[in-house]
Amino acid sequence: MTEPILPTTRRDLLTLIGKVGGGAALYQAMTVMGHAAESQFTGPPGLSGAKRGASVLVLGAGLAGMLAAYELTKAGYKVQILETQNRAGGRNMTLRGGDVVTELGSVQKVGFAPGNYINPGPWRIPHHHRTVLHYCKELGVQLEPYIQNNTNAFVHRKSAFGGKPQRYRDVVTDWKGHVSELLGKALHAGALDQAVTGEDKAKLLEAMRSWGVLDKNMAYVKSEKLGEQRGWQRPPGGGVNGEPIPNDPFSLSDTLDSKIWETLGFFAEHVMQPSMFQPKGGMDHIGKAFQARVGKLIRYGTRVTKIAQDDRGVTASWTDAKTGATGETHADWMVCTIPATVLGQIDIQVSDAKKAAIKALPYGNSVKIGLEMNRRFWETEDAIYGGSSFTDQAIGLVSYPSHGAFSDGPAVLLGAYPFGVGAYILAGMTPEKRIQAALDQGAVFHPAHYKSEFRSGVSLAWSRMPWILGCCATWTEESRAAHYQNLVSLDGRIVLAGEHCSYYGCWQEGALLSSLDAITRLHQRASAA
Amino acid sequence: MPGYRHTSLLAGALALAAALAFADSGAAQDRGGASTVEVSDEGRELYEQICQSCHMADAKGGGVPGAMFPALAGNPRLADHDYASIVVLKGRGGMPWFTDILTRPQIAAVINYVRGHFNGYPDAVTVADLDRITTANPPVPDCNCGH
Repeated sequence: MTEPILPTTRRDLLTLIGKVGGGAALYQAMTVMGHAAESQFTGPPGLSGAKRGASVLVLGAGLAGMLAAYELTKAGYKVQILETQNRAGGRNMTLRGGDVVTELGSVQKVGFAPGNYINPGPWRIPHHHRTVLHYCKELGVQLEPYIQNNTNAFVHRKSAFGGKPQRYRDVVTDWKGHVSELLGKALHAGALDQAVTGEDKAKLLEAMRSWGVLDKNMAYVKSEKLGEQRGWQRPPGGGVNGEPIPNDPFSLSDTLDSKIWETLGFFAEHVMQPSMFQPKGGMDHIGKAFQARVGKLIRYGTRVTKIAQDDRGVTASWTDAKTGATGETHADWMVCTIPATVLGQIDIQVSDAKKAAIKALPYGNSVKIGLEMNRRFWETEDAIYGGSSFTDQAIGLVSYPSHGAFSDGPAVLLGAYPFGVGAYILAGMTPEKRIQAALDQGAVFHPAHYKSEFRSGVSLAWSRMPWILGCCATWTEESRAAHYQNLVSLDGRIVLAGEHCSYYGCWQEGALLSSLDAITRLHQRASAA
Repeated sequence: MPGYRHTSLLAGALALAAALAFADSGAAQDRGGASTVEVSDEGRELYEQICQSCHMADAKGGGVPGAMFPALAGNPRLADHDYASIVVLKGRGGMPWFTDILTRPQIAAVINYVRGHFNGYPDAVTVADLDRITTANPPVPDCNCGH
């Protein structure tokens, strides 16, 4: 026996290429093979050699601002951060028992049991958000799997199946089956003879029969084979009654009413594909990890009222939220992460083009509602462990905790997460009415227990957060073309950063990528100055 | 101005609006469930369903100068017949346009409710007005939103 010389797996091949050709060759090979091309992140910026005494003022202690401070400090800059809230983290936030949510018009105190939490902002990290994952690793934030897909969860539409929720698996299987049957009919009828060769037609027919689980007549009907995908009326067992009994599939019309293709499309998006992760114990562990590094640089409760610059430096005028005292902070350079909703209302000394860009960026709204239940009835009664049940009601979905499966005691569901109309409707309600609406609507999935097992709830409407007045930036093709480059350009001594300055809107990855790009350009200019 | 309340809430006269309100460009943003919720055709209900999420139930806005939603109640800028229509059709600052989630009759209804009930301006905005403004495409008026 001789050892094989040729690599037998892709990993072996890549290891070989890496050894022979080094990192660049490895990266290129991986790109060709479809790996590693998922993020623009190429590693921490490794900035160094700041000019002696050079300073940067960072506005906003969210993830973009704190990452800027963290890396610029390592590069040798003297950094200060002004933050309007009395906390760091921005939208990176976790609510636990005893926390207080202060919205415009209301105050809520979270009543969750110890250990329970809800992430009202970001809550999941796709495997290709390499920047977030990198800094979690670098800063010691422990991650655990976030369960994104659950075929045993429900889909619900008010106008489908008489308003009765169905298991995602059943509807998807039927969608696949009916589409396959129809394509088979079209092929048999010769309707596609102009479009496909005879050889491909035969392959397609075979594919439809197999993929759609059709019978020998190319019909989508009840069968044991179908039961293996769709589940059973009586599941397989042992002994006398071991034989499983399959279910009848839903009709084509019912399946179409479910609009299941929209949910399939949702899961098909790159950002919605597993693997996904969440920090153990709450998303705010990321913000807290950054805060542990740069917290001493932050001046909290400091509301910026004016931003100016000249050829020698930048100045932020501010008001202290507690004392009402006013002040100014000066530095050589500025990274401004104030959301466009607020920045557009502040006097800022930048080009007209950048001002126009800031004011051309509306923010979408979103609401999240955490519902604490006495016990995990979705697990014990419905065998749902993580994932989401989708509905076209205002709440949009109910999402089940990815952590703590099989544990006793209270657990927290995400009882609502809509954008758009659903979010406006819920945001306009009082916190009490939001909880009631979430219970009324979510009960469609778990009617026997949803209300009786409810303990406490908390909601957060992003439009009512006084420091951001919205959830995240809404771009269009037109606004990207007209304003994006003007928004992110380095303007004298000022650069903007945050998710709104990225093509990963509403994601932490966008905030971090934007920040790295902004400070890299800032450092280049500062080094050349 | 009760005379401007549209009370013709016809049974079944509810329009569907997709919750995914805005065309997205570039990488998909995070989002939740694709709710499809019925929005009323009646001005007061439309205000409660959509507008008060930001402008508050009393239409007095909220926040502090430099980070606020402007009041709609008692707002002299709304005296201009087209002002509110331009903003709702085109958006301004952090406020999105609402053409993706509301029909033109709904936009007219809610503007008439806001201009009537919360301000007392008697001149109604019609769908024809909205069409005229869309065609003319005037610039969004700049604002110091803390008027």
